[in-house]
Amino acid sequence: MSGASGDVRACYERLARWLESTPADLLSSRRRQAELLFRRIGITFAVYGDKEATERLIPFDILPRILSRSEWDRLERGLIQRVRALNMFLADVYGAREILRAGVVPTDLVYRNPGYRPEMAGRRVPHDVYVHIAGIDVIRVDEEDFYVLEDNARTPSGVSYMLENREVMMRLFPELFSMHRVAPVENYPDSLLATLRSVAPPGAAGDPTAVLLTPGQFNSAYYEHSFLADKLGVELVEGRDLFVADDVVFMRTTEGPRRVDVIYRRIDDDFLDPLAFRPDSALGVPGLMQAYQAGAVTLCNAVGTGVADDKAIYTYMPEVVRFYLGEEPILKNVPTWRCREPEALAYVLDHLDELVVKEVNGSGGYGMLVGPHAARAEIEAFRAKLTRDPDNFIAQPTLSLSTVPTSFDSGVAPRHVDLRPFVLCGSDGVRVVPGGLTRVAMKEGSLVVNSSQGGGTKDTWVLDDPEG
Amino acid sequence: MLSRTADNLYWLARYMERADYLARVVDVTRRIAHLPRAYGGQASEWDSALISSGAEETFAETGRTADESAVICFLTFDERNPSSIRNCMELARTNARAVRTALTHEMWESINSGWLEIRRFDARRNADGLLSAEDLTAFLDLVKQVSTQFDGSAYRNMLRNDAYWFSRLGLYIERADNTARILDVKYHVLLPEVETVGGSLDYFQWTSILRAVSALTAYHWVYRQSIKPWLVADLLILRPEMPRSLISCYENISRFLDQIGKAYGRQGLAQRQSRQLYARLEQARIDGIFQAGLHEFITGFIEDNNRIGGRIAEQYLV
Repeated sequence: MSGASGDVRACYERLARWLESTPADLLSSRRRQAELLFRRIGITFAVYGDKEATERLIPFDILPRILSRSEWDRLERGLIQRVRALNMFLADVYGAREILRAGVVPTDLVYRNPGYRPEMAGRRVPHDVYVHIAGIDVIRVDEEDFYVLEDNARTPSGVSYMLENREVMMRLFPELFSMHRVAPVENYPDSLLATLRSVAPPGAAGDPTAVLLTPGQFNSAYYEHSFLADKLGVELVEGRDLFVADDVVFMRTTEGPRRVDVIYRRIDDDFLDPLAFRPDSALGVPGLMQAYQAGAVTLCNAVGTGVADDKAIYTYMPEVVRFYLGEEPILKNVPTWRCREPEALAYVLDHLDELVVKEVNGSGGYGMLVGPHAARAEIEAFRAKLTRDPDNFIAQPTLSLSTVPTSFDSGVAPRHVDLRPFVLCGSDGVRVVPGGLTRVAMKEGSLVVNSSQGGGTKDTWVLDDPEG
Repeated sequence: MLSRTADNLYWLARYMERADYLARVVDVTRRIAHLPRAYGGQASEWDSALISSGAEETFAETGRTADESAVICFLTFDERNPSSIRNCMELARTNARAVRTALTHEMWESINSGWLEIRRFDARRNADGLLSAEDLTAFLDLVKQVSTQFDGSAYRNMLRNDAYWFSRLGLYIERADNTARILDVKYHVLLPEVETVGGSLDYFQWTSILRAVSALTAYHWVYRQSIKPWLVADLLILRPEMPRSLISCYENISRFLDQIGKAYGRQGLAQRQSRQLYARLEQARIDGIFQAGLHEFITGFIEDNNRIGGRIAEQYLV
């Protein structure tokens, strides 16, 4: 919240003054009300491997994270640039492969990447859009710049929290909203629907039918799937609700089969079609890939986008942006050591107690080492893993992530945050709503914000007019 | 709409209605079983409770005697009973969760917060799996309240489209089954020859039937006379103004099936058979039913109702 000099930054001034004049017990009672609201709405989150708490609330912090309009504008330009580059990269990797021939990205990082789908090579997707919905995780370490921590180009989740957090905040703190001009985020579902409809296959009817494909109610993000389907006004389907006949996808309805043109799928590639991918998947739709390849249906995001968002490709993103757009990246990359390179590996092994080491294909905060917070034995165990398979790891410095005031029973204290804005990419342009999901590490000093590891969320405000 | 969504809505309503009915059966049975023997109080009431809940076979598998605590435990919380109140509420919630987008906010909230309450009761059971008498009353009230709230918010807030119609179909098919079952279990006390001159021991049996379908007050309003067994049967079978009567259920089932048929531009066996059953009920008179055999009439009805439920499933839900 404060700048390098220790002064409260302008966009936080009003919040700071309000906090000073607000008694602690009011904050406590609002915090309890928030918890009650979330529980009643039923926003829960399942944690894999946690039997007791198959339905758990993600901790919500009632103090907003605030960005000024000028900060946001710069971030938005950077996000649009980044997502354009991601889409061009994917079209290239599955098409002309110019970036590989130019030697900008090593060939084996693409072809041996578990996210690479040979089935997609040499095929075009409708309107050449691969990543329709992207969640770009950013952090800031100083007043100037945002750094990208991770690109999520497969099935990024969390947007329901962005929307519900705002609803709950507006119910709990009307006085704060009257003191601030907060840019609305409620038009996200409309933008998403417009994006989905814009990418319907060229042969689809004038009024294309979109559906949201979920793995089902035991998936950890099921709440979000049903929430979004509702807001979009589209059917929430499971694999068994769809079938393919003559390369056309239909859903089973009470009035008989109905053609489906666009599938917003929240199922990983592996599970989409038991005939094309994992034969043991009961979640998918037999024949879906063939219909997709025949151009009869659009999948959002496209199959094979995983090749662009893993942590190894990530390290090349600044070069990728320059290669396709001829521009300097607006969003920086966190400096990263690629352990596949011998000098980098030597450095990482020497500095394990200072670095964050991540698996190239890991996600959700699993399988990572946070050096400064790890016990000796943990570091040594990780050293063995790393030496055995260096290609599978990258390392980054522990950054001094920005902190934001966070409310606890014991009072207000700073906690580290990151931000996931959502970028929508259709055939008719790129849409970004001003805001995103702010994740906060609820434990003091912790840098891990993943919800599966005890992280929480905050509402994210973009202030339209700092004077307003 | 998706067939699976229609299926979830249909079963959601059925499980809600069944939970509500079971709560009433437990309540009423407790009441009559506690009467002195001279007023008809018998331990065998708990057998009847099992039969009218369709749970006698699964209960027999537990090897327990059908006494009060065993049956209450079985009907309220037992995991071995797929149709215990707790399981019905859980299944209702599972179905609701699968179709959140088709429910109104209030409907979901009533189920979800009801379910959280029920889990709190579940945790308060003693070593024998029983709630204290006081908690049991509160629990049964809660179940009735949740189903009323759910039903009320559906009625008040849902769009009148196929989602509403399928959910209503589930409710009325289940309700028809429940009313028919309680009549089937108790038909022997409704037969005229059982009545003895100068007040009957069966008086409390009759009132308990009425209570189980919350029709005791309604009886007095409709007939304005003391309780006669053939009038109890008349009320529960043939009175269209009685919302749990078989005829009222079928008036609704036929109407909602008609609306679905009209909206989809197609009629099927479900529409035809429900209209036939409704017409049969409209033409029936209670003395005719008694002459032909109350028991035969009721068992025939239960079969027809099941068949129509099956037709609805074939036509729309798979």
